Amino acid sequence: MADTTPVMEGIDESLAVERSGFEVVYEWVTTVDHKKIGLMYIAYALIFLVIGGLEATLMRIQLAVPNNHFVSPQVFNQLFTMHGTTMVFFMGMPMLFGFGNYLIPLMIGARDMAFPRLNAFSFWVSAFGGLLLYFSYFGASGLYGAGSAPDVGWFAYAPLTAKAFSPGHSTDYWTLAVFLSGIGSIGTALNIVTTTICMRCKGMKMSRMPLLVWLYLVMSSMVFIAVGPLTAAQIMLTLDRYVGSHFFDTQAGGSAVLWMHYFWIFGHPEVYILVLPAFAFANEIVPVFSRKAIFGYPAMVAASIAIGFISLSVWAHHMFTVGLGPAGNTFFVFATMTISVPTGIKIFNWLATIWGGKVHFNVPMMFCVGFLFQFLIAGLTGIMLSVAPFDWQVSASYFVVAHFHYVLVGAIVFALFGAFYYWYPKATGRMMSETLGKWHFWLFLIGFHLTFDFMHIPGLLGMPRRIYTYDAGRGWEMWNMIVSIGAIFQIIGVGCFVFNMVHSHYRGKIGGHDPWDAWTLEWATSSPPPSYNFAIEPTVHSRRPLWDLKHPEDPDSDYE
Amino acid sequence: MMNTASTIPIDAQLEPPWVLPNRGTVGMVCLIVAEAAIFMIFFVSYIFYLGKSLTGPYPAQVLELPIFSTICLLSSSFTVHFAVSSLRKGKFRNCTIGLAATVLLGSLFLLETAREWYHLIHDEGLTIRTNLFGTTFYSLVGLHATHVLVGLIMLSIALGISLGGRMKEAHSERLEVLSLYWHFVDSIWVAVFLVVYVIGR
Amino acid sequence: MTKSFRPIAGISAFLIRRMACCVFLFACTTRAESPTNIFDPAATPAHSIFSVSMLMFSVTVSIFLIVGSLLLYALIRFRHRPGDSASEPAQIYGSNQIELSWTIIPILIVVMLFLSTTRIILNTESIPKPESAIDVVVIGHQFWWEFRYPKLGVVTANELHIPISDPAEPTPTYLAMSSADVSHSFWVPRLAGKMDVIPNRINTMWIDPKEPGLYLGQCSQYCGTQHAKMLLRVYAQSPEDFYAWVKQQQKPANPDLGNNAAAAEGRTVFLHNACINCHTVAGTAATGRFGPDLTHFASRDTFASGSIKNTPENLKEWIDDPGSFKPGALMPPMHLNDHDLIAVTAYLTTLH
Repeated sequence: MADTTPVMEGIDESLAVERSGFEVVYEWVTTVDHKKIGLMYIAYALIFLVIGGLEATLMRIQLAVPNNHFVSPQVFNQLFTMHGTTMVFFMGMPMLFGFGNYLIPLMIGARDMAFPRLNAFSFWVSAFGGLLLYFSYFGASGLYGAGSAPDVGWFAYAPLTAKAFSPGHSTDYWTLAVFLSGIGSIGTALNIVTTTICMRCKGMKMSRMPLLVWLYLVMSSMVFIAVGPLTAAQIMLTLDRYVGSHFFDTQAGGSAVLWMHYFWIFGHPEVYILVLPAFAFANEIVPVFSRKAIFGYPAMVAASIAIGFISLSVWAHHMFTVGLGPAGNTFFVFATMTISVPTGIKIFNWLATIWGGKVHFNVPMMFCVGFLFQFLIAGLTGIMLSVAPFDWQVSASYFVVAHFHYVLVGAIVFALFGAFYYWYPKATGRMMSETLGKWHFWLFLIGFHLTFDFMHIPGLLGMPRRIYTYDAGRGWEMWNMIVSIGAIFQIIGVGCFVFNMVHSHYRGKIGGHDPWDAWTLEWATSSPPPSYNFAIEPTVHSRRPLWDLKHPEDPDSDYE
Repeated sequence: MMNTASTIPIDAQLEPPWVLPNRGTVGMVCLIVAEAAIFMIFFVSYIFYLGKSLTGPYPAQVLELPIFSTICLLSSSFTVHFAVSSLRKGKFRNCTIGLAATVLLGSLFLLETAREWYHLIHDEGLTIRTNLFGTTFYSLVGLHATHVLVGLIMLSIALGISLGGRMKEAHSERLEVLSLYWHFVDSIWVAVFLVVYVIGR
Repeated sequence: MTKSFRPIAGISAFLIRRMACCVFLFACTTRAESPTNIFDPAATPAHSIFSVSMLMFSVTVSIFLIVGSLLLYALIRFRHRPGDSASEPAQIYGSNQIELSWTIIPILIVVMLFLSTTRIILNTESIPKPESAIDVVVIGHQFWWEFRYPKLGVVTANELHIPISDPAEPTPTYLAMSSADVSHSFWVPRLAGKMDVIPNRINTMWIDPKEPGLYLGQCSQYCGTQHAKMLLRVYAQSPEDFYAWVKQQQKPANPDLGNNAAAAEGRTVFLHNACINCHTVAGTAATGRFGPDLTHFASRDTFASGSIKNTPENLKEWIDDPGSFKPGALMPPMHLNDHDLIAVTAYLTTLH
């Protein structure tokens, strides 16, 4: 039976002292505290979410009607390149690493990450990468002269990226920015793995860690294996462009397909790296708002590891149209289909968690419900795409664009919004407004579905991706218009969200240390936590230490 | 359910001692996995492009087995291991000797690589842009050599600290982490030796 | 509406809207007026894909309906009602039997889907090529398509003519494809799935339309600025019409321009300008390979890879400044004076 010690809210004496703006900035810039670094990652990612969203909006205006002249083809091609690169590398990764940074030490009862200075370094390197990418709008010279951002697509296929077809430096901005982001990712992943293995509090065996920590562990391990191939390929591309090597030089016998293999050996695990934290958030939020422990913890761990492992072997389903031959195609069909099994297990376990519970529809849970339905659909369109012959038709069409946005926005962004509403009280001490949250949810939901449900149709009607315009008479016009209208709702929804975050910081209801009546260690300290996290290192005896404290007559440790 | 006090669960009685792995070792293993992934892609490129160069020179014509540099590098793994175990036993002078030997052997390896490259470039006319063999050879061996150089710099710093008498037994874990990196660099060389100089020729 | 019902209303509205969307989407697609609808197959590869897609849709839609309904039911049935006691529900930690069942059943579904898919892959990619097949070499360029018929001695651009294939005596068209520059992709949805067109690599595919007609498509791998206007036009013709077309295409350009003085002048302008560096007109000194073969330019309905109707007005404007139609096209503005421009246009319109 665990003892407890009530500890008064951490009193941060330094708050009583007036500090100049410069001192505050200096403190944040030089911090190695995982919480501050986490918040910086998140703020940085939010800025890029808005910028990436702006790029998407411009594209949707251009595509709303056929033969539009809102932007030139050159600008449009830069827009989709920058939108994809920004959202994956400078929104998705920093946002998810930010949450991981903030939450993992708190959830395992540790004082900070294993390597605080590496943590800060990784953040600043990634941040610099993002700035470098956007500097290209001003500084790069590309195919059409000065001031051109990269326009080779976010996967930068060879030999379009060769010096012959992409002269100037805009492609190199892409290469270098993404390279730096990769360094930052490896650094943070290294920190997460080391922290998880080496810094758990007493009694927290691996089998007692919150599922969020498990998922970040799997995700970080995947980073080590997946980011390397992209880094290597980018070194090779830069050597090709500047030193005259022939890695992807088809004139000298090099192979364009080799770049595709290297990119997708990174690219496919990367999207699982992005989605695993979304599962992590759902794993924490769904049980708390269903008032039940997660169903099948060991199966969830096993399924997460299986997903991580299998995702390393499915990459060429992005290359079904390259002509790999029946043997190659068949293997990757099989591997891709098998990944649906552990993914399905996770969905069923979430369903079983809700089943028999008492569901409270607070805003975090609403977003997670959206996540569940949308991830189900996204997974099913993924299974459709794994049927290679179907993919032969719709690969590189708007059907695929709709599928992956369903995962990225419908699953990941929704889970992220849920996570924001759930942990905002912990980071700031105040609750976000439920009313504004509901407006945010419904507006964003409507916008999401208008855009991404109907986006599947042009794909089925033959519309390829990455085209700056299209002719009337293909049957695509109405669908594109609806898709573009959905963007408006999403923008307003996100606007509500940003306003909510800022307004609640000053006027939100005080949340206290455990506003949701939850069960993991981060709720055992004050909101916001003191810089040292816990006054005394906790000891745990089960997966839900606070449940044990709140229900001493029926602790989890009796059942595990 | 809202108190103003946070409640942290603690246990006065200690269970069996709570021992977790060493941070430095785990971190280095992670770094090694990431680096291995990068090297793997260069190996794949090398193997994929074997026999596909449109023009010469070809590996069998210009490559010779790098026996000397291999012996240097492999022995340096023994010397660094010697340095680490000496430090653990408190034998500081032996540690310094071990580190010095490692730095020396590593430098000899790099010099030998430089000599080989000079010969290939000036006598055989093989550069990174000559053909696919040149591209994949120089990039793979060059990437490895860069890692050797970084390792040598770190080992020299350690040697400097040791020579200054400031290396203590408590540092043995950190030195072991560095030696892990060095062993990794060594094993990559074994792979390069096999793939480039044995199988590829 | 009482407070406890609001979430149900919300969730139900949400889910019903979702399901309605799915049905609506599907209905729209199958009946949509679109010349590039993948669910309107006109050749064997597209038909096979259509049938396996229907199987796959029925499996996935069923899974969605079952799991979605269970989820909706759970959310409604087990919602917290305001009058409920504050006690926590029974904590169920897991069940091995249940985990096993929802592992085994998906595995079985996966195996079934995998086997059906493999069958179609093999049917499309591994069948032997019949003797009577028409061979076409497809070369992708930035931003146009080159078509060569090696056995028939025909070279053309952007508009692919093929004979229809009678199931009794099949005459499919086999396309051997590569690229002269960057990666492209050949996609004509009603005829087959797409196949990438990659430099230093030859990919093959086949099509066998049964009905004569014009089948549209376009490049489906981002290849640069004018990827969007690299359109495909496949003219499936009866064997008589096809061979008549071949016969015409095999001839070099007619040296006799009759009384057409403008055209004769235009030919002189053409042959003395940079045009011949990029374009071929068989039977003249123009043997450039960088741009489309113009020998039978006037026999085509469109130019600039299907994106512009082939009329003298459009042609004149194009030659003057290709960037006005297709900014980023690799043909530079030719800087001809008005007189020469009209002459060259007149010449090109004689090239049937």
